[in-house]
Amino acid sequence: MSSSDVLLEVRDLTVVRGGSQVLRIPSFSLKCNETIALIGPNGTGKSSFLLALAGLLPLASGEILFKQHKVVPGYASTAYRRKLSMVFQEPLLFDTTVFENVAAGLKMRRLPKQQIRERVTACLDRFRIAHLAERSARKISGGESQRTSLARAFATNPEIILLDEPFVALDPPSRQALGDDLEHVLRETGISAIMTTHEQTEALRLADRIAVMQQGNIIQSGSPTEIMDQPASEFVATFAGMENIFSGTVFEADQGLFSMNVGGQTMKVMGSANLNETAVICIHPEQVVVSLASPELDSSMRNVFSCTVRKIVQMGLFTKVYLDCGFKLVASITNQSLERLTLQTGSQVFASFKATAVHVFRKG
Amino acid sequence: MELFAEGIIKAWQLLISLDSEVLAVTLLSLKVSGLATLFSLVLGLGGGTLIALTNFPGKRVLVSVVNTGMGLPPVVVGLFVTILIWRNGPLGHLELLYTPAAIIIAQTIIATPIVMGISIASIQNLPANLRLQILALGASRIQMAWLLVKEAKLPLLAGVMAGFGGVISEVGASIMVGGNIKGYTRVLTTATVMETSRGNFDAAIALSIILLGLCFGVNYVLTVAQQRQRPR
Repeated sequence: MSSSDVLLEVRDLTVVRGGSQVLRIPSFSLKCNETIALIGPNGTGKSSFLLALAGLLPLASGEILFKQHKVVPGYASTAYRRKLSMVFQEPLLFDTTVFENVAAGLKMRRLPKQQIRERVTACLDRFRIAHLAERSARKISGGESQRTSLARAFATNPEIILLDEPFVALDPPSRQALGDDLEHVLRETGISAIMTTHEQTEALRLADRIAVMQQGNIIQSGSPTEIMDQPASEFVATFAGMENIFSGTVFEADQGLFSMNVGGQTMKVMGSANLNETAVICIHPEQVVVSLASPELDSSMRNVFSCTVRKIVQMGLFTKVYLDCGFKLVASITNQSLERLTLQTGSQVFASFKATAVHVFRKG
Repeated sequence: MELFAEGIIKAWQLLISLDSEVLAVTLLSLKVSGLATLFSLVLGLGGGTLIALTNFPGKRVLVSVVNTGMGLPPVVVGLFVTILIWRNGPLGHLELLYTPAAIIIAQTIIATPIVMGISIASIQNLPANLRLQILALGASRIQMAWLLVKEAKLPLLAGVMAGFGGVISEVGASIMVGGNIKGYTRVLTTATVMETSRGNFDAAIALSIILLGLCFGVNYVLTVAQQRQRPR
């Protein structure tokens, strides 16, 4: 990555709010045309980080560089703030028409009326709210309000857009529809974006890179595949939607394969370990195969368990099957597989996965 | 009841006959209280916005002082303004005592805390993140303040109405600093007090009705302005 690709860079940033340190980010960068999703639990500093990046929070230490120029937070940063836009969790629309709301940022920049009209019209079309242009922003639905808020943010043609959980207050269909439109607009415009979210599916869909935050710090950053397949800790795995996290004692280690005891069962894991040490591992639910007959004899599966189906949850395009194998195991299977296997609560099945499918967090 | 009916008839006669004295008193009331409201709007809205948007030590004490000022007794204001502009007072050289300017000063002091207190409450009552949202859209400090004022326009106009209502109806300060001089500092309230003290109840009722009509007229115009720009 050349330095010219980097749009925004953070160095040794700390932010103090209400007397306590809420952010401690040693380094962070956003490249041109990149979308980063910040994920993490409530109160972990995601929104504070976005506000700091927007120049709206004083920094206790460190610096933010925009195109290698230092950003001065506060009112002095008007020129910098005009290169950004931010969308908050709540739409925060002005008490005027939808058109005037979308035009607000452009009027602040004192653009000619004709240009304002053209840009607003384009943005209203882009977010499919042209028919609401003359309506009061106080009399439209939650989804329409958030569309207006997004249109207002994109209308200024920002170089970076900061999105603070923009779909959090929406019902699932509105969330899905607006997510689709946002994805399309981000791809179409190539605007760099940083988005906070609780939903890993949103992060996976929209982001080129995911940064996981915990207690004001970014604890892992990487491509969605890296985060999902190689989470750096149990915390990241949990937040990446990993449900199969186990710890157990290693009782056998030989030729790059070790065995550990989990819930009275033996689990085989690829890697090296010392005897009697505790290992923490995870298995992606997609890696767990559910079958009616044991695949032990004619497959490369090193882990095969006889289980009882405890719960079946339809998740839309796929189904989650909760299994009791002496320990609790979750498998993600297609709806077609569910139908073919005729699974029901109480069904006796086999769950299997390869030793190479197990990701080891830590040992010791 | 008879007295009241006579008063209404007298008021009607005074109005349709365009009695020059009543007209002058009414216009002076409107002018003095209008200007006082305008000055209090500038001071109260500006000061209130500044107080609402900044954090500083003693802010709560200051807001409490402003809120207390919303109930400032006009006679107390009248007393202090009189002392201030009295011939031998600190501002005696300006020779303002018993002039319309003195009434404007006193009424501005009465109305400013009302407008300021309501401005502070209105702006602080806006969503906490709205200020950040406006800044994130690229607003300068002045643009942000103006947008916040626009967002709080409904309660702010209510503040203006309260301020105007407070000064057009006060009598204590006007009589103390204005002196109720015929054709010069006599306003509707002081004229009403005078007519009542003389036992001319019909004239006093007539002046009261004009005063009420004036209050309604001004508040109606402000209400129309308040509601006008609300989109569908």
